[in-house]
Amino acid sequence: MRKILITLFLASACMANASTEGPALDKAPVDLRNVESLQRGAQTFTNYCLSCHSAVSMRYNRLTAIGLTEEQIKAHLVPADGKVGDVMKSAMTAQDAKEWFGAPPPDLSVIARARGADWLYTYLRSFYRDETRPSGWNNTVFDKVGMPHVLYELQGEQVLEIKKEGEHEIHALKLVKPGLLTKTGDNGEYDQSDYNQRVGDLVNYLVFMSEPSQVKREQIGYAVLLFLIFVLVPLSWMLKKEYWRDVK
Amino acid sequence: MQEKAQQLLDWVDARFPLTATWKSHVSEYYAPKNFNFWYYFGSLALLVLVIQITTGIFLTMSYKPDASLIPGTNVSVAFASVEYIMRDVAGGWIIRYMHSTGASMFFVVVYLHMFRGLIYGSYQKPRELIWIFGMMIFLCLMAEAFLGYLLPWGQMSFWGAQVIVNLFASIPVIGPDLSVFIRGDFVVSDATLNRFFALHVIAVPLVLLALVGAHLVALHEVGSNNPDGVDIKKHKDENGIPLDGIPFHPYYTVKDIFGVAVFLVVFATILFFLPSMGGYFLEDNNFLPADPFKTPPHIAPVWYFTPFYSILRAVPPLFGSQLPGVLAMGGSTLILCLLPWLDRSPVKSIRYRGTLYKTILGIFLASFLILGYLGTVPGNVWGTFAANVPVIGGVDRAVLLARFCSLIYFAFFLAMPWYTKIDKTKPVPDRVTM
Repeated sequence: MRKILITLFLASACMANASTEGPALDKAPVDLRNVESLQRGAQTFTNYCLSCHSAVSMRYNRLTAIGLTEEQIKAHLVPADGKVGDVMKSAMTAQDAKEWFGAPPPDLSVIARARGADWLYTYLRSFYRDETRPSGWNNTVFDKVGMPHVLYELQGEQVLEIKKEGEHEIHALKLVKPGLLTKTGDNGEYDQSDYNQRVGDLVNYLVFMSEPSQVKREQIGYAVLLFLIFVLVPLSWMLKKEYWRDVK
Repeated sequence: MQEKAQQLLDWVDARFPLTATWKSHVSEYYAPKNFNFWYYFGSLALLVLVIQITTGIFLTMSYKPDASLIPGTNVSVAFASVEYIMRDVAGGWIIRYMHSTGASMFFVVVYLHMFRGLIYGSYQKPRELIWIFGMMIFLCLMAEAFLGYLLPWGQMSFWGAQVIVNLFASIPVIGPDLSVFIRGDFVVSDATLNRFFALHVIAVPLVLLALVGAHLVALHEVGSNNPDGVDIKKHKDENGIPLDGIPFHPYYTVKDIFGVAVFLVVFATILFFLPSMGGYFLEDNNFLPADPFKTPPHIAPVWYFTPFYSILRAVPPLFGSQLPGVLAMGGSTLILCLLPWLDRSPVKSIRYRGTLYKTILGIFLASFLILGYLGTVPGNVWGTFAANVPVIGGVDRAVLLARFCSLIYFAFFLAMPWYTKIDKTKPVPDRVTM
C-alpha cells in the first residue's frame, strides 16, 4: 500500500513539471523589502500608468507602507483635486478608453496576481514598432495588444528582427533608437540596464500593490508557525501521551 | 459552588437530556482503541466546517454580491468588495485567506476521509447509511464550493459557472429552461450572482449542517469501524463496555487535538506563505474581473473538481449533445453511493483482503489521480494521437488517456461484486490489533 502511494506521488510530481508553454519570460527583480525600488515604482506608476489605467482597490495613503509620509504622497503623487485617502482612479473613463483603444485598459489593482511579475516585466520591455497596428506598436509577449508603448520616451524604439535558421524562425528585438534611459555602449550596442531597472521597480510596485499585506502576512506566518511547531504540537502530543498511558 | 453547579445541571437534566447526550456521544461513546493516522480526518473535516462558517459570516459583512460596474471603471462592485476585504477591512486578508484555503483543505480532508472509508470497508453493513449521509455531504460540499466560487466575480468564476450551468441545458426537453431557471437569466449575470450568494451562505450550509448531524448520529448509533474491520461490540466486559473500546472523551479528544495542531501547521503554511498554492487554490485568471465578452483560452475548474471534470470531457458528444458526458460525470459521483452493495467481500479492512483487491484499488487510485491532473490542463496538452491516420487517429493523447482512466474508474465499481467475491481474503482476528 505504502509503495503504491509513493510511486503515485512521484508520478504525479513528474507530470506536474510538464507545464504549459508560452513566450520565454525574464525573471522580474521583485523585492518587496526594497522600499526605494517600490517608491520609484510608485512614481513611475502614477506618472505613466494612471493616465489610462485605474487601480480602484488601491488607496494613495496605503503608500505609507513603502516608507512615504502622507505629506509626500499628497505633494507628489495625488492629483491636484484629490485626497490622500482616495483610490487610484484613471484620468479617463472606461467608456472613453473603449472608444480610443478598442478595449478598456484593465484595472491594475491585482494585475500582478493575474499575470505574474515575470510576464509584466517581459511585456513592458517587449514593445516594438509595427506600422500595421493602429497604435504603431506591437508586443512579442502580447501579440496585437491595444496598448501603445507608453514608456517609449524612456526605452526608445525597438524593431523585431526575424532570422531564418533552417526550419526555425528566430525572433529577436533590437533597439534602433535610444531613449532617455538607454544609451550606446562602447562596443556599439545599446545598454538597456537603466530602463530594465526602471521597469523592474515598476513591476516590483505592481506586485506590492496587488497584495499590500504580503510582507506582514509572512511576518505573522513565521510567528504562527513557531507557536504551532514549538508549543502547540509538542504540548498536545505530550497531553495525548499522558492520557493514553493506560490504553493497552 | 460545586453543589450549586450540580443543582443547575440537575435542573437542566430534568428538562433536557444534557448529561445523557454528552455521555452517549462523547464521554461514554466507546470507540475502538486502534484508530490510526487515517482516523484524524473526520474530526478535521468538522474543524474546517467550523472555520468555513465562522470566516464566512465575517466575509458576508463586507462582501457585496453586485455585478454592476463601479462608474468610470471596468471593475465590478463584487470584485472590488473582495479586494476591499483584502485591504481595508481590519484582519480582512486573514479571514479571506482562511476561507479560500479552507475551501481547498475541506476537500483534502474529505477525500482522505472517504479514502479511509474505502480501504477499511467503513461503508459495509451496518454502516451503509453513514456512508450515504457522507456522500450527500460530499455532493453538498461540491455544490457549496461551486456556488461560492462565483462570488469573487473573476474571469474563472464567471466562465466556470457558465460552463457548468450550460451542462444542465443538455438534459433533454427541460434542459434549456432548467439552465435559464438556475441562472435566473439567459447568461450568467447579476441575478445569478445574487441567487448563488443566497444559496452559498444560507441554503446549502443549512442542509450541510443537518447532514453532518445525521452522519454523526448514525455513526454513534452503530459505533465506529476500525483499521481491522472487526466488531468491538462482540467482546464486552461485565458492565457491557466493549473490551477494545475506549471513551471518545478524553482519549480521542486529546488525540484529535494533536491532529488539529499538526493540521494547523499545514493550514498556516499555506495561508501565510502560499495562499494561491501556485494557482491551484486561487486561480491566476480569477484575479481578472469577469468579462462576459472575453472567453479565457483555457477554462479550468479548481483542483477538487478536476477528476470529475476530466470524465465529462473524456466522453465524446452524441449527435452534438453533451448529454453522455454530463451523465457520466453525474454517474461518477453518484456511483459511490452504491459502494455498500457492490462490495461482496466477507472482510472489511484492506489488511485482510487479497492481492487482487489491493491491485485493483491501486489502479483505481492511480486513474483517479491521473484524471485529476488531466482536468487541470487543456485537452491538447500532449498533442494528437496518430494525427494523419484515419479512423483510429486524430484524437488528443490526453483525451485518450482520460477515456481509459474513466473506464477504469467505472469498472472499479461495476466489477466490484465479482472481484471482491473471488478475492482470496485472509482470516480476520477476533480482537483488534494495535
